[in-house]
Amino acid sequence: MKALKKHRGLVAPMDRANVDTDIIIPKQYLKSIKRTGFGVNLFDQLRYLDEGWPGKPLEDRQPNPEFALNQDRYIGASVLLARENFGCGSSREHAPWALEDFGFRVVIAPTFADIFYNNCFKNGVLPLELPAQLVEQLFQAMYEQPGYQLTVDLEEQQVLTDEGESFSFDIDAFRKHCLIEGLDDIGLTLQSADRIKEYEQQRRTEAPWLFDVISKGAI
Amino acid sequence: MANTLYDKLWNQHLVDARQDGSALIYIDRQLIHEVTSPQAFEGLRLAGRKPWRLDSNIATPDHNVSTDPGERSGGYEALKDETSRIQLQTLDNNCDEFGIAEFLLNDRRQGIVHVVGPETGAVLPGMTVVCGDSHTSTHGALGVMAMGIGTSEVEHVLATQCLVTKKQKNMQVRVEGVLGFGVTAKDVVLAVIGEIGTAGGTGYAIEFAGSAIRDLSLEGRMTICNMAIEAGARVGMVAVDDKTIDYVRDRAFAPTGDNWDRAVEAWKQLHSDEGARFDRVVELDAAQIEPQVTWGTSPEMVASVGADVPSPQDFDQEVARKGVQRALEYMGLKAGTPIGEIPVDRVFIGSCTNSRIEDLRAAAEVVRGYRKADSVKQAMVVPGSGQVKHQAEAEGLHHIFIDAGFEWREPGCSMCLAMNADKLGEGEHCASTSNRNFEGRQGFGGRTHLVSPAMAAAAGVAGNFVDIRAWEKKS
Ligand code: SF4
Repeated sequence: MKALKKHRGLVAPMDRANVDTDIIIPKQYLKSIKRTGFGVNLFDQLRYLDEGWPGKPLEDRQPNPEFALNQDRYIGASVLLARENFGCGSSREHAPWALEDFGFRVVIAPTFADIFYNNCFKNGVLPLELPAQLVEQLFQAMYEQPGYQLTVDLEEQQVLTDEGESFSFDIDAFRKHCLIEGLDDIGLTLQSADRIKEYEQQRRTEAPWLFDVISKGAI
Repeated sequence: MANTLYDKLWNQHLVDARQDGSALIYIDRQLIHEVTSPQAFEGLRLAGRKPWRLDSNIATPDHNVSTDPGERSGGYEALKDETSRIQLQTLDNNCDEFGIAEFLLNDRRQGIVHVVGPETGAVLPGMTVVCGDSHTSTHGALGVMAMGIGTSEVEHVLATQCLVTKKQKNMQVRVEGVLGFGVTAKDVVLAVIGEIGTAGGTGYAIEFAGSAIRDLSLEGRMTICNMAIEAGARVGMVAVDDKTIDYVRDRAFAPTGDNWDRAVEAWKQLHSDEGARFDRVVELDAAQIEPQVTWGTSPEMVASVGADVPSPQDFDQEVARKGVQRALEYMGLKAGTPIGEIPVDRVFIGSCTNSRIEDLRAAAEVVRGYRKADSVKQAMVVPGSGQVKHQAEAEGLHHIFIDAGFEWREPGCSMCLAMNADKLGEGEHCASTSNRNFEGRQGFGGRTHLVSPAMAAAAGVAGNFVDIRAWEKKS
């Protein structure tokens, strides 16, 4: 999982409340055997005018010019500004996979749906809650200034504007730690790598037959 | 201190006990198949991680492969279902990219992971074994601590060689005495589940013990451990004895020379000590167990072949009554119908529960000289692996099946989970040697009756369930 300590990026809007996981990534894309590649279908129903399905060539798609992410000024955005109850609906981990694959590292909203919130942390995406009023203020600033950027300092728990304002936010200490270190469950276990190696070495002498090689070349 | 077999295996593999009560357990062998691994490999790739110990993994496709001989002989190009083909090719590509050994689609050693593991010696006594499949408990028959895991755990084990898990409580299921004529391992485990229920083993690691279990072959013990999960237990085990060691000897990946001698010494300790404490003990009298047939939509809904389909009124609890009522509706059965009068539309002999050579021999012996009943639309025999298939053909078993109108298929999971073309039609009754009779498991609206291989074979000939103890064998 990618670590996130401090992130500065272009801000793009998802200006509606209750964006559910089916809006984030529609069900027809879940047949995939992959965890990547969902980015082109992020917000598929809003982003394209035609109906999408897995494997449909991108050249055949008709982007909706009204949709923010299709507009030049938001190209390369990595911070998503959203409204209440973002990520409601199913538990599909494909939702954060799609956001991450598109290039979003931070989603700012007044509130998030619970499961989605958890899933984000497993996939290196920071869901960041700010008071509704403040989010509204950021929406205004973003619409007024093309190229609007925000800096998120996770270590200090601060959102910083280029004008020098700063807003603090809350986050669970353990989750913060894991995200800063880029630790997922695997990352956490790998912190015990020395202990695992020690165990392995001892077992190799006690029970060498357990380490008889099944190698690709030998079968 | 006196330890159970499970305690011993746990202690030998404990890398780290964590403060929250979970533990890091070292995994000796991971078995990989096409369905639960793609996202795990993708996860590794994305995080830029490598497998911790390549040589501890072995892969083979099974769940989604076609078992149709025509389709299979044409290789990938002949596979009709594109999604399946992509999934199979993805497994090959991942194994190539990461350097993991794989028995490919038409390799003779390909087959259902839980059949392939023991028969190749990739699974050895005293190991910890995981696989992204709940029936991994099968391997416990060799004195192994084996657990089914999810995709994120598949990735975790690939990357760290460890599983984060909590220790289970100890349960012993003792089956003492001698099994009656015609009564098999499948009947024993169905009777156990009928006794303790599908949640009876939840939170426990079950050790199957007693003279009736010791009398079983290793293959029979695998059938028993396979269905530990159907009793709610993630782990099922049988202690190592001389039969275990004889089974392992000379397998392709079994240790040799000095390592063999040392291994055998260690394996001889793999049994529960005298006086070891179990949190729960269940005892069954082997002599009382009769051939079993499930009549409902849960493996605990099981009865002896001579019994009648029960009535909801036979049950004390309201919840149970409702469950039975719903099951009977789904199964299209009336309370009081003799089990022997249930008509059978299809027969499936296969799955990781009952697709090994002894299972096929038992079925062939019943079928020999008979013809499939006209009312039976299809009777499939799906060997568990290429090696099983080869052995069966060397013994001429395939001729017996084919002569009787049974289909002789290529190895795979097939109609056990009906992921591909092998499935039941709506409302059809199937005599199946697999392990799950859930609604829709073998096809939308399909009605599964779990039985032993001999009972399934006899049902295919008779067109309904018959008591195998009265079967007249032809030679
Ligand atoms: S045969 Fe059935 S239970 Fe066994 S691994 Fe295959 S799908 Fe799972």
